[in-house]
Amino acid sequence: MSPVAAGGSADVAVLGVGMHPWGKWGRSFVEYGRAAARAALDDAGLEWTDVQSVVGADTVRGGYPGYVAGATFARALGWQGARVTSVYAACASGAQAIGAARAQILAGLADVVLVVGADAAPKGFFAPAGGDRPDDPDWLRFRVLGATNPAYFGLYARRRMALYGDTPEDFAQVKVKNAAAGALNPNARYRRPVSAEEVAASPVVADPLRLLDICATSDGGAALVLAGMDFARARGVADPVRIRAVSTVTPTYPRTVLDLPDIATDSAAGGGGSATAGSGAGGSRAGGSGAGASLPEDSFRRSIARAAYEEAGIGPEDLSLAEVYDLSTALELEWYEDIGLCGAGEGAKLVREGATALGGRTPVNASGGLASFGEAVPAQAIAQVCELAWQLRGRAGQRQVPGARVGITANQGLFGHGSAVVAVR
Amino acid sequence: MERTRKPVVRGWFTEDDGAEGGFRLLGTRCTACGSVFFPREDAYCRDPRCAGGGELAEVPLSPRGRVWSYTDGRYRPPAPYVSDPAAPWEPYTLVAVELEAERMVVLGQTVPGVGVGDLAVGMEVEVVPGVLDQDADTTWTTWRFRPVAGQR
Repeated sequence: MSPVAAGGSADVAVLGVGMHPWGKWGRSFVEYGRAAARAALDDAGLEWTDVQSVVGADTVRGGYPGYVAGATFARALGWQGARVTSVYAACASGAQAIGAARAQILAGLADVVLVVGADAAPKGFFAPAGGDRPDDPDWLRFRVLGATNPAYFGLYARRRMALYGDTPEDFAQVKVKNAAAGALNPNARYRRPVSAEEVAASPVVADPLRLLDICATSDGGAALVLAGMDFARARGVADPVRIRAVSTVTPTYPRTVLDLPDIATDSAAGGGGSATAGSGAGGSRAGGSGAGASLPEDSFRRSIARAAYEEAGIGPEDLSLAEVYDLSTALELEWYEDIGLCGAGEGAKLVREGATALGGRTPVNASGGLASFGEAVPAQAIAQVCELAWQLRGRAGQRQVPGARVGITANQGLFGHGSAVVAVR
Repeated sequence: MERTRKPVVRGWFTEDDGAEGGFRLLGTRCTACGSVFFPREDAYCRDPRCAGGGELAEVPLSPRGRVWSYTDGRYRPPAPYVSDPAAPWEPYTLVAVELEAERMVVLGQTVPGVGVGDLAVGMEVEVVPGVLDQDADTTWTTWRFRPVAGQR
């Protein structure tokens, strides 16, 4: 079955994509979002007044949470009365925005929807909102443990080393790969190759991860113009990039892999019945032979991709490329396994073989990934789809994946927000 | 003036000072389905298969478990973590421990002096009382993990 021929009745067209380059520009997120939106409208050949609905992916910065983003972007573009939606799902905000836009199009509520996400990130560690909030798990993990985001990345990386024999050198190869791709991307913040020696010489942040293993925080903006297939055809766009699946799943109880911002997992010892941990999510992920590996690790991340594949009627074997959330180098290797590019514990082998580099079997993070962009939270899941669109159109320049037809993005937002998008052409 | 000892979060661990042996993390157990929660759930059971109608009763958690993973903090974390900005930063070690009976991974700091080089995935550790930080009036207490004697 051809993946592109399968399904399709619930496709929406990606008519335009646009970004404001990532960096540390010191301006308002509104400016980045507006610039990205204008770029996406130009790319689509549409006027802002053609847009019937605007969906904003919210930042939490800028005072009143992202000025509740959708209307703020609409105001910056000039009020024209479009329907507005604003969504926040941490790192998954962009996928939620795309999901909301798609639902409006498929429900016949709008023909043309503009999706915008932008952020202006502070320097250094992400920290919780201020004030004493002892009922907030995100506040508690900092207050009680000092557990920063990189601390969680360090825990995952160390566990991979213990279970699968991954090494810091394997992790460094992910950075080397992504930096090489990012050097070819005009929208990336970091645009120079990085060597394994440079990674090894950077300071340890959260053992075993070093500064160059961990993504920075950035300013940036990304936007999409989405439309119904009939609208696209009527405008003479016969073969647009199509969004075929948007996965925004939540985890399945009991969640047995420690995840941000939690201080503990659910109990896998069972309660409400005889079900064992990881049941209902299909296929347990053997924990390897190492000690301390008794928990089945069918992770939330894995279920995110599975839902996207099921909705799109494709599988990992159909992928031309993938954009995954490399908050750390080691986490990118987890994603290889979670999106089904390889079995559990085989991620490092893929990067060693070059299978996920440009020119490899299934390039991952051809954009350069977070390693080259840094994270601009509400823009990032949209930026992932921008890259798929450029690749599927054959317009990705020097980082083009030849003949790209099918791509997936994967990401995860704090507190249990899944995010994956399948795009085809 | 002597500082008052207070738990950094009330109800997450036993507050009896003195004998270390009795120190435990405290969770809650649903009386209808048996699911255990930490941090404690007092308002509702989160197991979707639970028939409901139960109560959430406080329950001490396993005193021991095995290391799931570990890391450290080489840079000063942002507030609300408390540290003296005038003092040189001393890295702390975080360890994720899979508790024996509950099969639940709980994060904690290690006791002072136990670094990443002293730990291994699968190593048996136990929970002990500790001090997180102090201010003018209060010593804020917490839980910590340390390797069970006789390992390595």
